[in-house]
Amino acid sequence: MKKSIGSRTRSIAALFGLLAMAAAAVQAAEPVVSTLRGRAVSAPEVDSQVFRQMRDQPPIARDFVQQPPLIPHVTEGYNITVNFNKCLDCHAWSRYKEMGATKVSLTHFKDREGTELSNISPRRYFCTQCHVPQTDAKPLVRNTFKPAEGLR
Amino acid sequence: MMKKWRDMLWQGIKRAGPVMAALLFVSGILFWGAFNTAMEWTNREEFCISCHEMQENVFKEYRNTIHYQNRSGVRATCPDCHVPKDWTHKIMRKIQASNELFHHVLGSVNTPEKFNAKRLELAKHEWERMKGNDSRECRNCHDYTYFDYAEQRNRSANLHQSGFTAGKTCIDCHKGIAHSLPAVEQSVGVEKGGATQQEFHPPAAKPPAEK
Repeated sequence: MKKSIGSRTRSIAALFGLLAMAAAAVQAAEPVVSTLRGRAVSAPEVDSQVFRQMRDQPPIARDFVQQPPLIPHVTEGYNITVNFNKCLDCHAWSRYKEMGATKVSLTHFKDREGTELSNISPRRYFCTQCHVPQTDAKPLVRNTFKPAEGLR
Repeated sequence: MMKKWRDMLWQGIKRAGPVMAALLFVSGILFWGAFNTAMEWTNREEFCISCHEMQENVFKEYRNTIHYQNRSGVRATCPDCHVPKDWTHKIMRKIQASNELFHHVLGSVNTPEKFNAKRLELAKHEWERMKGNDSRECRNCHDYTYFDYAEQRNRSANLHQSGFTAGKTCIDCHKGIAHSLPAVEQSVGVEKGGATQQEFHPPAAKPPAEK
């Protein structure tokens, strides 16, 4: 018995035909996604601006409850090495009064088992892993971020 | 006794004649100039870093600091901080430098490990020297009576003024300004065998300045 092309086969074939046309259309059209870079990948780099750290200022308000506070002063030349931690030179509990600095948070005195220590835990030794100074760079993208209710 | 020597001197000059005396005087000036030139030749950064112990360790550390490269290009090199400028102290320091030649020959710090093992002791020598002369070498360039506190940042302005009132000197706070610090005991983790807080932040030596 001669079999004609069934309706199911026809619909599948039509679907494939539609996909093929769509693919062709996409390849022919221009990309519509814009880039932050602002120019083609192969074009020469734009010189970046020189951003300076912001001068000493009063403590900066936090945006998140658990946020490590930002460093409100210039930290150029302040090194943290095995030999010496410059941040602790002013912010340790034994130094902060004389230097007029905020002291390191008590939360930094726990080791990883939760034991309370008498000074900074070695796992919190590298301050700048979490705490950063600020520069005068403008945000790349405009936004309408608002902190949570409790912080406003 | 002195009169006898003086008379002998005068007789010698008279015998030599005025021309000879003038020649001797001029050659004396030339010799003195040559001596000073040779001494100033050892007073240059290039001379200091001709010893690899200095070039590999403290010079490389100094290159990252503000005294090497800064906004205005006004710099301090090795002799500016480590060799006194006035003649008597300079000569005394140059005589003491024979100790450094001696240790260079012995090879006391000729590897990074040996140097770092001695770093605390060498640093303490310099800290004590600078504290003893009221940071005279810093004050070769930095005259704090002409500080413009309005130009300094808040922390510097406050700490400089309170520090000078308390009788502190530059090196009391500005340790590590040019070379890497040795180990300092900050009571974090295990003991490092470094400088104690007393050594690192000494109390003021001289009595507080008049208010």
